[in-house]
Amino acid sequence: MALPVYAGPLERTWYYAYRVICAAVFFFLIAPIVVIIPLSFNAEPYFTFTPEMLRFEAAGYSLRWYEDIINNEQWLHSMKNSFIIGILSTVVATTLGTLAAIGLSRSELPAKSFIMGVMISPMIVPLIISAAAMFLFYSAPFGMPFALTQTYTGLILAHAALGTPFVVITVTATLVGFDRSLIRASATLGADPVTTFFKVIMPLILPGVISGALFAFITSFDEVVVVFFMAGFEQRTIPRQMWAGIREQISPTILAVATLLVCISIALLATIELLRRRNERMRGVTY
Amino acid sequence: MTTADGTPLKVALARATRRSKIRAFLLVAPLLVFILITFIFPIIHMLMNSVDSPEVQEAIPATVAELQKWDGTGLPGEAVYAALAKELGDRSRRAEIGRMSKRLNYETAGFRSLLNATGRKIGGAKAPFKEAFIAIDKDWGNPDTWKVIKNAAPAITISYYLNALDRTTDPDGNIVQQPEYKQIYVTLFLRTIYVSIGVTVFCILLAYPISYMLATLPTKYSNLLLILVLLPFWTSLLVRTTSWIVLLQTQGVINDLLVWTGLIDTENRITMIYNMTGSLIAMTHILLPFMVLPLYSVMKTISPNYMRAARSLGANPLVAFVRIYMPQTVPGIGAGSILVFILAIGYYITPALVGGQDGQLISNLIAYHMKQSLNWSLAAALGSILLAGVLAMYWLYDRLVGIDNMKLG
Repeated sequence: MALPVYAGPLERTWYYAYRVICAAVFFFLIAPIVVIIPLSFNAEPYFTFTPEMLRFEAAGYSLRWYEDIINNEQWLHSMKNSFIIGILSTVVATTLGTLAAIGLSRSELPAKSFIMGVMISPMIVPLIISAAAMFLFYSAPFGMPFALTQTYTGLILAHAALGTPFVVITVTATLVGFDRSLIRASATLGADPVTTFFKVIMPLILPGVISGALFAFITSFDEVVVVFFMAGFEQRTIPRQMWAGIREQISPTILAVATLLVCISIALLATIELLRRRNERMRGVTY
Repeated sequence: MTTADGTPLKVALARATRRSKIRAFLLVAPLLVFILITFIFPIIHMLMNSVDSPEVQEAIPATVAELQKWDGTGLPGEAVYAALAKELGDRSRRAEIGRMSKRLNYETAGFRSLLNATGRKIGGAKAPFKEAFIAIDKDWGNPDTWKVIKNAAPAITISYYLNALDRTTDPDGNIVQQPEYKQIYVTLFLRTIYVSIGVTVFCILLAYPISYMLATLPTKYSNLLLILVLLPFWTSLLVRTTSWIVLLQTQGVINDLLVWTGLIDTENRITMIYNMTGSLIAMTHILLPFMVLPLYSVMKTISPNYMRAARSLGANPLVAFVRIYMPQTVPGIGAGSILVFILAIGYYITPALVGGQDGQLISNLIAYHMKQSLNWSLAAALGSILLAGVLAMYWLYDRLVGIDNMKLG
């Protein structure tokens, strides 16, 4: 990457121009996310930097929009909803997805590519189509006289379905480096399949399971189209509330919520990254 | 050869294989059933919804039966008018007739009011019904009115698909263009494709240099820079869309900056949002990580020795890059492009929030028919066409890259 000593003036110019271009693209990627953080501490109800803020005067900054969240029944309720729906759908998606990934990693499984296709289909189909289809179907599932729309159950099932492909993919990827003779070793030492699963398989694939679960959680936590179609007022989640905020009464409270969400993303990203490195290290040992 | 208990080895092996097959399948089964019920059935149900047309048959079965005997020339016989008079006048059928009016109104504007007005008056009418009908509205003396009903009677229809492609059937059953003012869907499909191609091209242009940098820097630096790609990837879509609104709006950060630097004066603030520009910028930003990650993983596998070899054989840096390096990154460009294109083509949230009027895409129209006009069958038909396009792209992706090679994060 370093500039070779024999480089001509043209190459020299390009070398620095290239770095400027890259810096600009990285800036484009990250600036929109960084810019909302200081703006969420704005003392005025504006979406831009006030002169006081630019002069770094204390009067230009305040926590009023964060107080606004705490005092606002709707935001608190939607946060509770987001976590309830997110966690429960993650539990469903992770349990079913992990079992399925273990099954998929067995070479004996018939019709494997068909099954894989079905399982990752929720990730392939555009969300707007999934949301429309789920809304139509869940309003009278199999023609039964009850509706799953506008219920927590319906949303949890829908989000679990959307989250499972991520669990299946990440856990399957972890299982690629899994040494199957460990299962046989465990069996010859007298462990039954359940014990083998919890004592041998699970600890080894745990990083994959956790990152799959985090993917499933963020899928549900971020999801707004299905919520937009299926949720009633009672089930509004954070993204749905933000949507309403942008559309109806745009106030810097949204920026405060956005900042909190960025913090959550950073925490999730850090966890995933740590798990990925651990997994790479572990694989380095097995091979 | 036999096993210890005397069964032939072949049989024992077959049994063991079958058992392990079943065991593998049992592990997969719960999720398979779950996905089938919560996801696949809804999709199939939607596909059926797009061709389903039970309304006319449910509302006026006897009239439909009589209409089948009509050969389509001249006016139908008195029997048809009598049957319709009986069924339209039947108060217990109001809900069904309401649904039928809605359905027929999609075919011919004004049908709903015709049926409503006739339904109110026909109860007191006496035979001969043909004259009674024509006295209420002279449209009943037009064979086309009857042809529309007859054409809409079968339980399966392609009319929603025709509608989704700006086509319709005339009373004689020929497929014709919609009138000019109703032609919106083909334009929107094309616009969606153009926008998706545009976003894909922007993503390639922006992703290529930084992926190259990430792939060639030493790991400890590239891992740090990778965070700048992964953080947007993990940040909520709504958050990123909100920040673009904050940045781009007329009283927003970028316009303020331009005014402050004196590049523009405050009366001439640039409109960058609630139009196509806003959609393009925000979508490119949101989808860029999906291009960088596959490109980066492909570029990481390319050995720097090829470039060194090209240089030592006398190629100048540009020729070496274009002839030696770039061809090796084509799989990455392909994978990233298809991924970005598929995601862009089904995009809903961002165009809806920052797209304004001329930035709307086909998914916004699907949402409109689902939530506002309540023409669910048309929404289903539009969705099915979009789905067919996406599945075709995925098939291509699978052939070129393999679904199994999909990487996350």
